[in-house]
Amino acid sequence: MPKQVILGAHFPGVNNTTVWSDPRSGSHIEFESFRRFAQTAERGRFDFLFLAEGLALREQRGHIHDLDVVGRPDTLPVLAALAGVTEHLGLVGTINATFNEPYELARQFATLDLLSQGRAGWNVVTSSDAFTGRNFRRGGYLPREHRYARAESQVTANRHLWDSWDQDAVVADRESGQFRTGRDGDFAYTSHFFDIHGTFNTPRPTQGHPVIFQAGDSDDGREFAARTADAIFTGHGSGDDGRAFYRDIKGRLARYGRDPEDLKILPAATFIVGSTDEEARRISDTVRRQQVSGQTAQLILERIWNRDLSGFDPDGPLPDIEPESHPGALVQGRVQHVKDPAAEVARLRQLAADKNLSLREVAIEISARQNFVGSPETIADTLIESVETGVSDGYILVPHITPGGLDDFVDHVVPILTQRGALRSEYAAGSTLRDNLALGGARSATAWEAGSAAGLAELAGHELAGHDLAGHDVTERRASA
Amino acid sequence: MSSSLPPTHLAIALDGTGWHPGSWLQPHSRAAEVFSGAYWTDLAREAERGLIDFVTIEDSLTVQGASPLDPTPVPGQGRLRGRLDASLLASFAATRTEHIGLVPTITTTHTEPFHVSKNLATLDHVSNGRAGWRVQVSGRPGEAEHFGRRTIPGSFDPNSSPEEKSARVGELFDEATEVVEVVRQLWDSWEHDAEIRDAATGRFIDRDKLHYVDFEGDFFSVRGPSITPRPPQGQPVVTSLGHATVPYELAARGADVLFVTPHDDADADWILAEVRDAEARVRTAETPLLVFADLEVVLDTPGSSGAERLAALGEAAGDEFASDALIFTGSAPELAALIGRWRGRGYAGFRLRPAEHAVDLPAITSELVPLLQEAGVFRTAYDQPTLRDRLGLPVATNRYATAS
Repeated sequence: MPKQVILGAHFPGVNNTTVWSDPRSGSHIEFESFRRFAQTAERGRFDFLFLAEGLALREQRGHIHDLDVVGRPDTLPVLAALAGVTEHLGLVGTINATFNEPYELARQFATLDLLSQGRAGWNVVTSSDAFTGRNFRRGGYLPREHRYARAESQVTANRHLWDSWDQDAVVADRESGQFRTGRDGDFAYTSHFFDIHGTFNTPRPTQGHPVIFQAGDSDDGREFAARTADAIFTGHGSGDDGRAFYRDIKGRLARYGRDPEDLKILPAATFIVGSTDEEARRISDTVRRQQVSGQTAQLILERIWNRDLSGFDPDGPLPDIEPESHPGALVQGRVQHVKDPAAEVARLRQLAADKNLSLREVAIEISARQNFVGSPETIADTLIESVETGVSDGYILVPHITPGGLDDFVDHVVPILTQRGALRSEYAAGSTLRDNLALGGARSATAWEAGSAAGLAELAGHELAGHDLAGHDVTERRASA
Repeated sequence: MSSSLPPTHLAIALDGTGWHPGSWLQPHSRAAEVFSGAYWTDLAREAERGLIDFVTIEDSLTVQGASPLDPTPVPGQGRLRGRLDASLLASFAATRTEHIGLVPTITTTHTEPFHVSKNLATLDHVSNGRAGWRVQVSGRPGEAEHFGRRTIPGSFDPNSSPEEKSARVGELFDEATEVVEVVRQLWDSWEHDAEIRDAATGRFIDRDKLHYVDFEGDFFSVRGPSITPRPPQGQPVVTSLGHATVPYELAARGADVLFVTPHDDADADWILAEVRDAEARVRTAETPLLVFADLEVVLDTPGSSGAERLAALGEAAGDEFASDALIFTGSAPELAALIGRWRGRGYAGFRLRPAEHAVDLPAITSELVPLLQEAGVFRTAYDQPTLRDRLGLPVATNRYATAS
C-alpha cells in the first residue's frame, strides 16, 4: 500500500497561471465559482481547499496591474460560506499575521472551525510591506526582520485564546442551571508584539486548534515553520530540489521535540491532463503561451530587471541593458523572489542563447512550467512516486481554469490514485482536517512554547537571551530597548 | 390599519437563544447547539418563512453581561456565554437561505476598516445582494485590553462624570463615523463595470474604473482601492442602534437604517423628532433615515400569556429582565396594533427581539405576520431580490464613477 497522497485544491487567483481569456473561464468573484470548485474537490475526496489573500492591488510602473485577474473576495467569509455547501473538505485560508489582531483572528478561526465541524486551516503569511500597510491603521510599521517574530507571536497568542475554553465546555444543562463547565475563557499573553488579557468569548474550535500552514522560504521562514506549523505550502515541488527541501525541513523538527510526521510538506503544483502524454504536452504548450502574452512576458522580466522593459519587443531578444540591482518602486504588492538580479539575468541570457529563445519564450520558460503533464496514468504514477520518494507529502493543485479546472483531474486521475490505494475511497465518518492529514490532536499553546524555547536554546548554544526573533524574551528586550 | 403609508418593514434581532437571559433554560431552547451552523440556519430560515426583511446578528468582543442594559461581564457558569463571529455566521447562513437580508454586527473600534469593508462586500457577493452591517462601537475597557493597542478608560463607567463620559463616547462615535465613511468609499472604489476581460488588449480590468480612496481622517488613513470588487448592492445596507443624540448623529451621517428604543407613544414621537433634528443638522444623503423601533417580544402562547412567560423567564434567570427597549408582552393582535400605531407616527419598520427564539420567533412568523398581511401593511412575497431594493433605498450611485 503506497503512502497516502495529500491533495489540496488552490482556487486560482491573481497571477498569470489563470487563463481568464479562455472561453471556459468563469467569474473569480461570484460565489457560484467557489461552490463549484469546492464541490468538485470534495467529489475528488481532496483533503482541503486553499485560498490565497491579497491586501492591496498590485502595481507595476506606477499603475494597477491589469493583465491578470484583479481582485478577490475576502478569504474568511468565502470559507464560511463554503462550510455551508460542503461536508468533508478542509477549508484553508491565507491570513496575514501582520495586519490582524489575535482576539479577532482567534474568534474567526474558531467560528470557521465550529461552523465546519473541524475543517478550518490557517495559512500564516507575513508582510513588512509599507505599500500594503497603507491600507491599515498602523501602516507599514513592522521592520522586515521582525515579520516572523510577530507571526510566531500571533500564532502563539491565538493558541492561548483557543486553549482558554475547555473542549466540550458547553453543557447547557437545564436541570442544574449550568451552561458551561471548566475554565472561563480567561487568558493573558505578553510578548514583544502583544500585551493582551481578558476573557475570550468564543468556544474552543472543534479541532482544538485549526491546522496551521506556513508559506515562506527563507531560513527564518523554514525555522518558523519547524517551530510552529502543521503544514508548509511551498514552491519546492519536484525532483532533487524538492527532496532537498523536504529533508531540510523534516530535519529541523527534532530540535523542537517534533516527529517528521508532525509537519506536512505540500508544494503548489500545476498540471495538464491529456488522454495521452503526447496530447497533454500539446495542451501544455498552448496553455503556457496563453499564460504569458507579450505584455505579461515584459512584466515578468521587469520583476527581475527592476526596470521598465516596455520598449523591448517581446518577440525579439532579451533586453541588452543591465538590471537595476536595488529594487525600487517599479513593482508593488508582490513578493520579490530574485535575490541577485545580475546573476539571474546572466542565467537567462545563457538560457536564451542555448535554446535560441525570444524574450517571451524566456518568460514562458521561467514562469509557466507545468509540474504534472501527461495522461492520467502518468500523472498518478508521478504523484505517487513523489510522495514515496520524499519529494513531498502531497500537493496543492492550482488549475489554470476557474472554476472547472479540477474536473479532468477529479474525473480521470483521482480514480487511479484511489485504485492504487494512494487516496481514500471515502472520507472517514466525522473526520476533521487534522484527522485527514494524520496530524494527531492539537498540542496546547504551552507545549508549543516549551518545544519552541527548547529548540531555540539548542540553536543558540543554550542561551535563550538574544532570541528576540521568537518574541520570547520580552523582559530583556524591553530592558534593552 | 391599512392606509396610504408604505408597508412596514420587519427585522428580527437574533442573539443566543433569545434576548431573555432565562431563555436558554426553557424547553426547546437548543442551547447546546448555539455554536453550530445548523442552529443559526434554522433561525434564518424560520425568519425567511415569515418574509422578514432581514435578521441582525448580535456580536461583541467580550462575553455577555448581566443584561443588555448592563453589559458588564458577570462571572459564573449559569448564563449563556460566548458567541460565534457574526459576520462569518452571516456568510454561512447566506448559502442556506435565498431571500432574507443578513446583517451582522461588527465593531468599528478595534477592527481594521479595510478588513470590515471587504468582509461585508464579500457577504454581499456570497448572498447575491442581501448584506447589511450593524455598526457598533466597543467602548468598554475590557475590550480594549483584549487588543492591547489602546486604552479606553471606563467611558460607560457609572462613576465617571457626565463630561468625561460624553467626551469619551463622542470620540468613539467620531471614529465610528470615519470607519463607516471609509468603508463606503472602499465599496465605491471599484466601479461596477471595472472588470472588462478584454482579450484583444489583454486587459482584465479597466484600471481607470478603480480608485484610490486616499482617506486621511483623525483616527487612521486608508489608501485603497479595495481588494474586493464592488458588491452587488453597490452599498450594502448600513444600520445602527441609538439611544441618544450622539448615536443618532452617527446614523444620520452614515447609516441607512437606525434602530431606536421608544417605550410608549409619547416617547416614540419625541425620539423621532430628535432623530429628524439630527438629520437636519448633519445628514448629507438625500434619502431620510429609515427609523425602526426595537421591541423585546414576549408573546402569548396557548399555554400561558406573555406576562406569565416573562415572569417564568425571570424566575429561571434569577432576576428581572432589564432592557433598553420596550418589553412587549401580549397577543399577536396587540403587537400588530402597536406596530400599526407607530407606523402611523412615522416608523418605517420594527426590529423585533424574540425573548425566546424557540417560541417567539415562530409566533412572529405564524401569527403576527399573517395579521399584518391581512391588514395590508406587510408584503405577501419576496418580490425584490436585494435588501436595498426591499427597503426602498435608492440605487447606490458610485461617487467615483465617471460619466460615460
